[in-house]
Amino acid sequence: MTLQQIRLVIAAAIACLVAAPFVLNPFSITLLNYIGIYSLAAIGLALLTGVGGIVSFGQAAFVGVAAYSTAWVTALNGYSPWLGLVLAVVLTCSIAAILGFVTLRLGGHFLSLSTVAWGLAIAFLFGNINGLGQHNGISGIPPISIGPIALVESKQIYFLIWAIVVAVLLLCYNLLDSRIGRAMRALRGGNTLVESLGISAFQIKLVTFVIAAFLGALSGWLYAHLGRFVSPGPFEAGMGIEYLMMAMVGGAGSVLGGVVGAAIVTLLKNTVQDYLPLIAKGASGQLEIVAFSALFILFLQRARQGIVPFLAGFLPDLKQSRPEVAEPLPLRDKPEPGTLLLKVREAQRRFGGLVAVNNVSFEVKSGEILGLIGPNGAGKTTMFNLLTGALRTNSGEIAFAGRSITRDQQFHIARAGISRTFQHVKLRPRMTLLDNVLLGTYSRTRTGLFAGALRLNQAEEASARYEALMQLERVGLGDKPFELAGNLPLGNQRVLEIARALAADPTLLVLDEPAAGLRRQEKLKLAELLRSLRAEHLTILLVEHDMEFVMSLVDRIVVLDFGSKLCEGEPAAIRSDARVQEAYLGGVA
Amino acid sequence: MTADIAAILAIDGIATGAVYALVAIGTVLIFTVTRVIFIPFGDIAAFTALTLAALDAKQLPGTVGLVVVLACMATIMDVVSLARAGELRSVPKAVLGYLVLPLIVVGIVWLTMRFNPPMPVRIVLALLLIMPISPLLDRIVFRPIADASVLLLLTVSVALHFALVGLGLLFFGPEGVRTEPLTSMAIEIAGVHVSGQTVLILTAALVFSGLLFAFFDFTLIGKALRATALNRTGARLMGIRPARAGTIAYLLGSLMAGVSGVLIAPVNTIFYDSGFLLGLKAFVGAIIGGMTSYPGAALGAFGVGLLESFASFQSSTLKDVIVFSLLIPVLLWRSLASQHSEEEVEE
Repeated sequence: MTLQQIRLVIAAAIACLVAAPFVLNPFSITLLNYIGIYSLAAIGLALLTGVGGIVSFGQAAFVGVAAYSTAWVTALNGYSPWLGLVLAVVLTCSIAAILGFVTLRLGGHFLSLSTVAWGLAIAFLFGNINGLGQHNGISGIPPISIGPIALVESKQIYFLIWAIVVAVLLLCYNLLDSRIGRAMRALRGGNTLVESLGISAFQIKLVTFVIAAFLGALSGWLYAHLGRFVSPGPFEAGMGIEYLMMAMVGGAGSVLGGVVGAAIVTLLKNTVQDYLPLIAKGASGQLEIVAFSALFILFLQRARQGIVPFLAGFLPDLKQSRPEVAEPLPLRDKPEPGTLLLKVREAQRRFGGLVAVNNVSFEVKSGEILGLIGPNGAGKTTMFNLLTGALRTNSGEIAFAGRSITRDQQFHIARAGISRTFQHVKLRPRMTLLDNVLLGTYSRTRTGLFAGALRLNQAEEASARYEALMQLERVGLGDKPFELAGNLPLGNQRVLEIARALAADPTLLVLDEPAAGLRRQEKLKLAELLRSLRAEHLTILLVEHDMEFVMSLVDRIVVLDFGSKLCEGEPAAIRSDARVQEAYLGGVA
Repeated sequence: MTADIAAILAIDGIATGAVYALVAIGTVLIFTVTRVIFIPFGDIAAFTALTLAALDAKQLPGTVGLVVVLACMATIMDVVSLARAGELRSVPKAVLGYLVLPLIVVGIVWLTMRFNPPMPVRIVLALLLIMPISPLLDRIVFRPIADASVLLLLTVSVALHFALVGLGLLFFGPEGVRTEPLTSMAIEIAGVHVSGQTVLILTAALVFSGLLFAFFDFTLIGKALRATALNRTGARLMGIRPARAGTIAYLLGSLMAGVSGVLIAPVNTIFYDSGFLLGLKAFVGAIIGGMTSYPGAALGAFGVGLLESFASFQSSTLKDVIVFSLLIPVLLWRSLASQHSEEEVEE
């Protein structure tokens, strides 16, 4: 499929949406209105849960805060719904920012549990605050007016709702294809990966969280002015899981999935409401919950990926054009070759009683390739984690380019010019090669949230794409930039990590077993690449078990054994060192 | 607030906390053995109270229908998956475990009811009837996704809770129940009136947690459960079946939740949906204890009980808001305390 065809499909979909109210009966239009409103909340969750990997049970509470805000402004104080929108958005986003600030450092299921907690607490507030109508709710909410036209009929507000939905969809698609959006898509790869790219995982999570709340706020505002009445019921915990169901059924990773999921759940609910009374008279309201929960559980057991990604699998691939030549991204000033670049002094790291790195000191000079070797369990990877900030030192000092980075956060260290690869490859398998490498350019680019969503900074994006393609070509993966990273063999995945690290224009490249899993020819090519990087004054620190590879490549070697430094020196000296031989082969009997 | 009032609130809080503690211990038990954060335990407690009330009123409790339906579903699922795997020899065992045993329990209840059994027997019957529910739910809902992430299991668990609330209304009806008091005695401690019910709640909580510790320390099955909790793969290599350990954990957990339901039924009016808040508050207690420590969970549950008691004195309408808001600082503190835990990468 080409971009042209996709634009045609979008235009056709919009035309159908515009024509719908002239064809459909009033009941169907009302149904479509609710689908649109739920879609907004579900799109927010699709971003938060599907893209960002943060499962939230509290979306209904955000929708509720917005609905109650606008109800308070309009029905109780008599101001315009547009002022209600302002308060709804400001209040909801502020609450989300505060909650996010407090909870987003929590890991995995703890974070989701906290969403249950504040979701419940906020829902309880609606029914218990004096002045918000308590359990009776607030009625008499005025309709939204655009100029002189009051959107009283469902046919009228339909256009407003769906205009907002379409706009939100387009903005979300733009956003996900921009610098911040790529960082959001990387979140599921874990904090260590994200921060190693110079991205503050916390900041991106907070942004995602507030966007989700903002979309919830839009949904709540429209909800209040469509139904003209709010009560605590629709914002309770049960609705929170229903939004989650919409997002996941539609396909949590996809923004369009939010709309599809909202449509399916709403229509299904409607059908269930029609037919359940025929099966069980009287108890249909409760059977509805049972049927729904059962369906959701079945869905989670059987088809977790959701409908949109499933259907998208049948579509022909999107034909993307290779990035064109563009203005190159600015380069970092590199230090003079031979000057001191990295200084590790007495670094120590303990895990409980185990001392993984024990008072290790060494230096790396600019422009050299330093090999860090040692038997399994010697503490090489821990050392790497210490100097990239993935782990904190218990004692000792690490200085990079003349500045102490001992207490720096991981993403600060990455931005300072240390790029790394991982012993266990950390890529985003569902993103293309190009997008994976583009992640590396994050710290060299500036495009923010709004510029990304509105596509305002296309020049920088073009430069970043060109840079990413250059790095792919440099490591020999330039022929298929739109292949998914997960489809590469393991060896090439390691090489792709190097391309991603290079895209950050690092001063120091830290490679953790780059040659593992490569075939002989590939190893030779890798060695050649690393030599050419050295020729460009890039400094490289590497851990590797293939001695032939190490000895033929590096300038100096540091040997670790049981967490302590055994010795250091030139390859020839290390090879003949008795202590090193003993560490690797055991003592000579 | 005077010292008298504080003492009354404290006693009240400790009694509530003891009820939460039983559910919290059950929650921790299930979580460590199966990694499922079993939100519906509160529902199990509420269903026990409703079952007991029905038995008191000489009616056939709705639990019977629930158990029969779940037993049939679990049996069908198990037989189908066995047939697909070609292990037809195991089918009789599956039918025995998932269908015959629960039906025997139902039969015992049905028969015993004809003889107007005294209160203690009715309590035992209620507990017997409630115990198969969670293991059957485990088979139907969680077994097919036993290896999924904690997060997915949690999502399923929340959905399951809503299904159970709906089923609760269907099988028990909308009326609230309050069972007859287990004892009418009362004692005075340092001038403060303490009801026999409170003493009973505390005693039961202590006895049942004590029994659980004994079970873990002195029986082979208990040790197998602990092994599974520590390392599923390792336990499997030692010949322990995680699925079976899970079933035992669910049985024990249901017993704890059931006892708490019996204890709370004479004190609070219980509705079909009362379990959610009960379960969640117990769960807050379990999280305070870090989700892995039994004494920690019990202490946390007592803390929640006390907080709720004092909060309801300040503002009865906002007590739940206060309790759930408390969870956030607690989670933060827990999360900081367990910094080095491996992050779970989702895909």
